[in-house]
Amino acid sequence: MEATPQDSGGADRTAVAVAGGTGAGGAAPGTKDERLVRVSRLTRLLQRPDLGALMGVIAIFLIFGGFDASPNHLWFTQTGLAAWSQQAAFYGIMAVPVGLLMIGGEFDLSAGVMTGATAIVMALLVGHLHWNAWLAIVGTLVFAALIGLLNGFVVVRSKLPSFIVTLATFFVLRGVSIGGVLLVNHGSSQVALTGTSFPGLASAKDVFGSSFASSSSLPSGYQTAILWFIAVTVLGAWILGRTTFGNWIFAVGGDANAARNTGVPVGRTKTMLFLSTSLAGGLVGIISFTQASSAVSEQGVGYEFYYIIAAVVGGCLLTGGYGSAVGAALGACIIGMAFQGVIYAGWDSSWDFAFLGIVLFLAVLVNTFVYRRAQRARR
Amino acid sequence: MSDNAADGGAQAAGGGTVADLVPLLEVRDVAKYFGSVNALQGVSLKVYPGEVTCVLGDNGAGKSTLIKILSGVFQPDAGEVLLSGEPISLAGPREARAAGIATVFQDLATIPLMSLWRNFFLGQEPTVGWGPLRRLDAGQARAIMRDELLKMGIDVRDPNQNVGTLSGGERQALAIARAVYFGARVLILDEPTSALGVRQSGIVLKYIVQARELGKGVIFITHNPHHAYPVGDRFYLLKRGQLMASVLKSETTIKGLTDMMAGGQELEELSRELMGLTGSADAPDAELAEVARTLSEEASAEPDGTAS
Repeated sequence: MEATPQDSGGADRTAVAVAGGTGAGGAAPGTKDERLVRVSRLTRLLQRPDLGALMGVIAIFLIFGGFDASPNHLWFTQTGLAAWSQQAAFYGIMAVPVGLLMIGGEFDLSAGVMTGATAIVMALLVGHLHWNAWLAIVGTLVFAALIGLLNGFVVVRSKLPSFIVTLATFFVLRGVSIGGVLLVNHGSSQVALTGTSFPGLASAKDVFGSSFASSSSLPSGYQTAILWFIAVTVLGAWILGRTTFGNWIFAVGGDANAARNTGVPVGRTKTMLFLSTSLAGGLVGIISFTQASSAVSEQGVGYEFYYIIAAVVGGCLLTGGYGSAVGAALGACIIGMAFQGVIYAGWDSSWDFAFLGIVLFLAVLVNTFVYRRAQRARR
Repeated sequence: MSDNAADGGAQAAGGGTVADLVPLLEVRDVAKYFGSVNALQGVSLKVYPGEVTCVLGDNGAGKSTLIKILSGVFQPDAGEVLLSGEPISLAGPREARAAGIATVFQDLATIPLMSLWRNFFLGQEPTVGWGPLRRLDAGQARAIMRDELLKMGIDVRDPNQNVGTLSGGERQALAIARAVYFGARVLILDEPTSALGVRQSGIVLKYIVQARELGKGVIFITHNPHHAYPVGDRFYLLKRGQLMASVLKSETTIKGLTDMMAGGQELEELSRELMGLTGSADAPDAELAEVARTLSEEASAEPDGTAS
């Protein structure tokens, strides 16, 4: 049969040609390849899901630099850097695993409350049961892991949307942490350490809730949470881009059925992703407790949406199958900058949310546009 | 109708090439029931290496049930499946794959948003390094994929390209090449051309021939005799869960195949009815008239039909 003009044109533009077929005709193979390499470099850059987030970080950084109304113009100093990066760290440690989960096609709405609930667990283990702080850290992580496994197990087994399942987990955790703390703590919603010596707490604080690189220009230094943020980002990027498991994450989010047909353990992959978000929640809980030596119920409630915003701004598709760990980390930086920038600009911080909403919308708009362009440029 | 010419006559008509060969895959008198429904009954077929075995049938003929038995999804309620003459029991898709039976599903089993090489090795990724540093061997994966697709006659220029940018035919080819690379001896292709245009179907048919040339036993499931005839070596016709006929290519023509399959008379009747409907009312419905014309054309199918 004769191919229609559109058909043969389509075959010409795609980078795969049927050897000896009619569609590949035209220029000699050598020249054609050269042209394709040049095109593919450009499109490969455009195709990077985190490109939009990187441009966003630069734009937001410069914008708030321009609006900086703080005395001595702190934005471009180490003080400014320390201030926004510590906020970014708290969002970013969560945003990276939440982003991976989103690429895997699921949501975890219990991620925010998890950071608070684990801080309370640790506070109770240290303050009320007088566990060694390091043992309490293990206990806290075990608690987080169990919740994550439960989330994953229920989602995989019940085949219900994770949106609903983790929403239920969110409310249960929230209720238990409010009610439980009131019960144990005789009517107070804050679990604070009273007394003098808590074994292991000092060394645990050094690792999780301390600061580093203090200098004359920055006496308080940078929070260790920033190092954890960097570590989580590197780990997430490594897993997603370089490992077999990362390949499976893209696959289960892209098309779970096709993934199953090719032998990918879909249920196990998703469960591991839920496990990683709640373990990250445990890490944030441990960091915030060791920093403050106290924990408040309802801490972290509502933060799950910041994580999702950071991941989406970072180029993760809400529908799964596409995204980047570095992008999610950059998204967290944008949120951190926005919160700190509004303070330095002297604006009413009540406007934060409106700002975040606009950033989210613009990011999704830009990402979708860039993504579609990149896809089209390939054809 | 159990004159299994394709089975009985294989030795004679196959020109001696398959004369004394044990079939790569054989299905003997297989049946499958779902409650009171007989999805399959008394179906037997043989698949030889280096041949394309076509299973033809309309919707509801039992093609899907047969595939699912061969790919290990269902277990037959009666009869047996033999691999190289040995009876085997396929407990699941993984067992079937381990036995060398690969199914390229209708929904393709490729992920559009992932690159070619990631798709090619999905589920069986090559790695380098040790312990926590164990990582994907992307370089090797790209090289292998390029070579394997070249064997199928596809020249890949950019292994990082997303599968979503490929045409449907090329995606089928990728899935076929993947199955071949991972040791498939029997390739089951479930309606690989059903969602494709004429030209793309042609490309897929070419890859089916390529797989045959590589010595694989290919099972080509389709409802389109125009696609089956040019590439097929033996044809099995399923209807309502039973084997209606089995013929070798030398024993039939595309007209014969079409007639056997849909029943030429039925088609003609249907087209006449439709003509009557549209003609009497002075063709108020152009679409209906078009359908009728297509039907009558198909009923009197030309031997050198659409497939190429």
